[in-house]
Amino acid sequence: MPLLPVFLPTDVLLWLLVIAAVGYGIYCARRPHLAQPWSRVFRSPGAVVAGVLLGCYLLIGLADSLHFRARLEQASASGQAAYAPEVLSLLDVALARLRAGTERSYSAPLATRAFVREMVEQPDGTTRRGFPRLRQGGAHLEDESQWTEDIARRALLGLACGAALWLLLLWSIRPLMRRAPAVPWRAGLITVGVLLALSGPVVVLAGGYHVLGTDKVGQDVLLLSLKSVRTSLVIGTLTTLVILPFGITFGVVAGYFRGWVDDVIQYVYTTLNSIPGVLLIAAAVLMMQVYVDSHPDLFPTAAQRADLRLLFLCIILGVTSWTGLTRLLRGETLKLAELEYVQAAHAFGVSHGRVLSRHLVPNLMHIVVISVAIDFSTLVLTEAVLSYIGVGVDPTTVSFGTMINGARLEMSREPIVWWSLSAAFVFMFTLVLSANLLADAVRDAFDPRVRIGVA
Amino acid sequence: MFAYIVRRVLYAIPILIGVNLITFTLFFVVNTPDDMARMHLGTKRVTAEAISKWKLERGYDKPLLWNTTATGSAKLTSTIFFERSMRLFRFDFGAAEDGRDIAREIRGRMLPSFALALPVFLVGLAVNISFALMLAFFRATYLDTWGVVFCVAMMSVSTLFYIIGGQYLISKLWHLVPISGYARGPDALRFLVLPVIIGIVSGFGTSARLYRTLFLEEMSKDYVRTAKAKGLAERVVMFRHVLRNAMIPILTGVVVVLPALFFGSLITESFFGIPGLGSYTIDAIQAQDFAVVRAMVFIGSVLYILGLLATDLSYTLVDPRVRFQ
Amino acid sequence: MRLMFPVALVLALSACGEVWNDPYPAATRGENILFTAFVQRPKHLDPVQSYTEDEGQFTQQIYEPPLQYHYLKEPYTLVPLTADGMPTLRWLEAKGDAGREGAAGGTQSVYEIRIRPGILYQPHPAFARDAAGTFAYHDLSRARIDSLRSPYALALRGTRELVADDYIYQIKRLAHPRLHSPIFSLMEQYIVGLDAFAKRLDSANAELVKRRGAEAWLDLREFPLEGVERVDAYTFRIRLKAPYPQFLFWLAMPFFAPMPWEAERFFQQPGMAAQNLTLDWWPIGTGPYMLIENDPNARMVLVRNPNFRGEPYPSEGAPGDAAAGLLADAGRPMPFIGQVIFSLEKEGIPYWNKFLQGYYDFSGISSDNFDQAVRVAVEGEATLTPEMRERGIELRTSVAATIIYLGANALDPVVGGESNAAARTRARLLRQALAIAIDWEEYLSIFANGRGEVAHSPLTPGIFGYRAGRAGINRITHEWRNGAARRRSLSAAQALLAKAGYPDGRDARSGEPLVLYLDTVGRGPGDKPRFDWWRKQFATLGIQLEIRETDWNRFQEKIRKGSQQLFILGWNADYPDPENLMFLLHGPQGRARGQGENAANYRNPEFDALFGRMKNIPNSPERAQLIDQMVAIYQRDAPWIGGFHPKDFMLFHSWLGNVKPNNMARNNLKYLKMDPVRREALREAWNQPVLWPLGLIALALLVTILPALASYRRRERKVARPPRRVDAA
Repeated sequence: MPLLPVFLPTDVLLWLLVIAAVGYGIYCARRPHLAQPWSRVFRSPGAVVAGVLLGCYLLIGLADSLHFRARLEQASASGQAAYAPEVLSLLDVALARLRAGTERSYSAPLATRAFVREMVEQPDGTTRRGFPRLRQGGAHLEDESQWTEDIARRALLGLACGAALWLLLLWSIRPLMRRAPAVPWRAGLITVGVLLALSGPVVVLAGGYHVLGTDKVGQDVLLLSLKSVRTSLVIGTLTTLVILPFGITFGVVAGYFRGWVDDVIQYVYTTLNSIPGVLLIAAAVLMMQVYVDSHPDLFPTAAQRADLRLLFLCIILGVTSWTGLTRLLRGETLKLAELEYVQAAHAFGVSHGRVLSRHLVPNLMHIVVISVAIDFSTLVLTEAVLSYIGVGVDPTTVSFGTMINGARLEMSREPIVWWSLSAAFVFMFTLVLSANLLADAVRDAFDPRVRIGVA
Repeated sequence: MFAYIVRRVLYAIPILIGVNLITFTLFFVVNTPDDMARMHLGTKRVTAEAISKWKLERGYDKPLLWNTTATGSAKLTSTIFFERSMRLFRFDFGAAEDGRDIAREIRGRMLPSFALALPVFLVGLAVNISFALMLAFFRATYLDTWGVVFCVAMMSVSTLFYIIGGQYLISKLWHLVPISGYARGPDALRFLVLPVIIGIVSGFGTSARLYRTLFLEEMSKDYVRTAKAKGLAERVVMFRHVLRNAMIPILTGVVVVLPALFFGSLITESFFGIPGLGSYTIDAIQAQDFAVVRAMVFIGSVLYILGLLATDLSYTLVDPRVRFQ
Repeated sequence: MRLMFPVALVLALSACGEVWNDPYPAATRGENILFTAFVQRPKHLDPVQSYTEDEGQFTQQIYEPPLQYHYLKEPYTLVPLTADGMPTLRWLEAKGDAGREGAAGGTQSVYEIRIRPGILYQPHPAFARDAAGTFAYHDLSRARIDSLRSPYALALRGTRELVADDYIYQIKRLAHPRLHSPIFSLMEQYIVGLDAFAKRLDSANAELVKRRGAEAWLDLREFPLEGVERVDAYTFRIRLKAPYPQFLFWLAMPFFAPMPWEAERFFQQPGMAAQNLTLDWWPIGTGPYMLIENDPNARMVLVRNPNFRGEPYPSEGAPGDAAAGLLADAGRPMPFIGQVIFSLEKEGIPYWNKFLQGYYDFSGISSDNFDQAVRVAVEGEATLTPEMRERGIELRTSVAATIIYLGANALDPVVGGESNAAARTRARLLRQALAIAIDWEEYLSIFANGRGEVAHSPLTPGIFGYRAGRAGINRITHEWRNGAARRRSLSAAQALLAKAGYPDGRDARSGEPLVLYLDTVGRGPGDKPRFDWWRKQFATLGIQLEIRETDWNRFQEKIRKGSQQLFILGWNADYPDPENLMFLLHGPQGRARGQGENAANYRNPEFDALFGRMKNIPNSPERAQLIDQMVAIYQRDAPWIGGFHPKDFMLFHSWLGNVKPNNMARNNLKYLKMDPVRREALREAWNQPVLWPLGLIALALLVTILPALASYRRRERKVARPPRRVDAA
């Protein structure tokens, strides 16, 4: 086999989550009372735009969640296949050119020369300080005066490809458009068009340049931005996996049984809530570090260690933030349990478990859906702050937080290195903004009265 | 009402014990007393004797939670946990690991924290409410639509960008305020302007949008329609009825954060070099000064519980129908 | 709202010449005050305990040990500070008091130090006497102490002359049971009778605490210390058990600064410690400055000591110093600057920006903090940009007596291979290959802006035995080409790697790719570029590098156990002697075996024997030759896979004079001088507030609000239209 698949825990969980989401979609589609709010969501142009953008992020993130180790070419003496120790993802393969094309240090977007002066060896053996040509960026240009022309040619080519793809898409979804006229297709198509118009030139230009420049050690910033997406998605989604079981169980049970059960659960969440979150997270992250350090054999590769830290961060964030959902569900359950149909179920001698699973939980699901949608963007923002102060993801993991942290130092350089920070800003802002827009649409469609995730 | 408050205060005790136990466990799993000693004795020429001496002096040579060598109640009391945590209930914080008195340090740092947090809170509230009121007033116009979009966009930007961008533009490029630092007395104003603005801006999107929703809910109530039908000017309706009634949920919602204002803002303080409680906490985490972290967590929890109590009380003040049970 | 734009304009006009971003009180403008920063709150200012450079920048201005380093001379030279001349050395043949005078190299050495008469302490209430001649503040009431915030709040001040007893008192304090002196265990091995003295103090202290409480003053004058002898009021002798030529360097550190007993007596009054009134907060010295404000959360203020004797500025320096204007003040009494304000600046970026705006007079990050978790990382280059040059900013660098190295643990089977000869050879070849492949020159240019020198041996420039130029290069990793050391090509490294049994980075026997592990201290997400760079370097040989970053404690624990493979560490020389750098590779001082500073656990009998001979002889051709042999062994064995010596640098503004970075002479503030008028003018010119953005913001607000007002007017005019339902979205 040319590949040795590597199943990192977050990969597995992320894919399981995707499968679960698809399953939920099918489940909803069969039940009109659930399908209706969802179709309401996608009748809002904002949600469609956000959906398209999030879909792109999701594609990038998922492509970055299929990991493997490539087989090394020459076989060893014993004839056993040896695999490269480096764990790659599908996205890494797709962006192999960006990965390989590192420079020595900083270079500006689309530059052909390094950003900082270096000692350059002249042909006669002497050295002089100057801006050397880049190893990759514009290396195909024999003469730098061709730069403008080359950029324009590549950009136009990219635009043309983008336009062609867009027309293809337009043609292929025509039947769908006719079947569902209520969906604001125009908004979606415009978004896709804009995306294609941007990404087409970027793809073509990336073949010869660093479109967003390079960072301190010469890595392509575009590559880093794309790799950050997965980290954000994992944090935003897997954390909810932790929140949901805690939040739903405790919330419903507390609201339904009341009495001492309620007291205990309230005690637990008040206690957890009253510890300042950053302190709790910092301590827990440090604790996990100690565990990993004392069991190095369990986590042989850096990828596994970084992944474990990411997973653990999700768990920690989940454990510290289930309290909000619990409180909400507890209040709602208290109300629902008083309703006549629940009382009637009791009168008929229906067991507690059945009342909970048949009558209560399904009627609370809309709150869960809304809170998941709203939590996503909050978590993405939290990750950046935590990584920034050093208790977030592993320093080897690419994330928006680590990018911002690195970029902050660059702001005080003269002349300023602006591209890393700008790239992180644009990618992160787009992600969070679309998540917020979608969350708004979801809330409006499911229950505009629920106030979650607000001060 | 007095009995109710007493009961709530008593209820806080098990919570605080729980909080102490959690922080204690987390930090001691991470940091054995040996680690703490090494951290504080520096990096060069540290001997095993120096470490045991350090531990002995600070009582870290005892067992963590359960002393098997002692007898009777001393099994529980002659431990690091008991000796170090229980005195917090008397608000006796002891000395930090570097020998400095924590209570004194906290007293000195409370004012800068408060000087930053209070303007952020008050001015922020005023700005958010006025903006929300404006959106509600111009509801269903382009101003409302774009205002909401503006709010959503503002809340989609990470706080880090506000701080980095603000410092870069306002301090570095435009020379309007000092980049960082703090001074006591009226001089503090110059140092506080930028962090306060950034604090307000970063909280603006979320709150303004929420308040707009509250205003709109209030405006869809029957009495507003009646008032309008009576021919009252829109302006009068807005200010006399809608604003006044919508303030109730807004105020009861923010009461919970009031005591926490003392706790300061962790990130802003360390970015701007303001010597408040927030930066004290961050420094303590970095220096692994467990005594300080424990004290700060304790204070944080007490403030949170006070906030909850204040919220409950404010509900009854606003709405006499709510009774204490 | 409509008024705002004109208002802003008026403000802009009226504000000309006024700066808005001055972080200091207006009263300090135009004064002869030096503004600088401290990055970490000092933990100890007591000279017995303080060790780091963060603390040294305060203590060394206040405390005066007998010796100091010459400010200008290169290489580092010791000169007298309070001493009347350099200490004299005598040798004793036999042990004990009755030892006869002996020849050089005898078993005991005696240093006799004579201090200058007439040196006065700074004014301090501890010395103050009332009319009756008794100490005014040695028995303060508890209430008085509880309301005291600073010792200088007490009205009376006194002083007294410095005597030899003060030095003896301080040496005794090294063994004080309530203080932790980091050098106690080292001095215990040398100073005669210090170990027994410490035991006696311990029991005396225990008894005293039992009798009079934990805060009672332990008067060290009552306990004699065998190895330290008072000859007369200004002369004392220190007797050492063994030859220890490096002892002189210790005499230039605050550990051996004088401590008047009155100070301890004053600060040991019950209740003082709770008010932070301790020697750890409030130093008392004879130096040029005294600490009058100690607010470690904001600022520390030093002012000129009015009793200072007026030490003259040095009149000779290194070649080139005269041309650089560093000798212009020769012979003039120091200090030149009246007051020094240190502001707390924990983050590197504000530090750097305030320096550029003229609010710090100089910027220089000591290389002290490389291995502790410290957030300061000034990104602004230490190279002068044209813009900085235009502002008159100058740069001076000097190589620090520091080495940062990538160590290979000798106990590790892959990179150390101690088990058998074949494994040892393999590991050595592997280390050599890595030493070639890791491009430290690139590391320095990316991460240190070129502030550093690639280490060809453990010795740093300025240390005896260091060889510069062609003679000094590491021939395994470098070759001499075109008048400069050039790193050997990658193919040389690949050949060595193949010889070691890992062709193309894969084990020739099993075919498995070679994976190496680097242990390092994580300092947060800012480390990422560095880690990426490390991986890139190992990848050039086809070796996969796994970085295990961890916190400081865990890292230390691993090193202590010897379970690391590759690791990065650094060492700041305590004093400029080859012994203090070479001992990092001395076998018996292995970290895992002997808890010493040899973290690589390197052990080579040949090297150890040479070290034993080199250690105790004075600088001589013989010593240089021994060092050359040791360096050759180091280069062949490559126990460290290279490293570098960071450069201390100082960027300073045109108004500051007499600046020369000196890694050892930390008492540098007394030499500096400045021109406050020029500073004021330039600060004003550089910091004019830019106001048009405010106007622009006001305009933008106006533009958004006007249409809204218009639509409100329209709505007001419409009468009683049917209410429209609005969704609360």
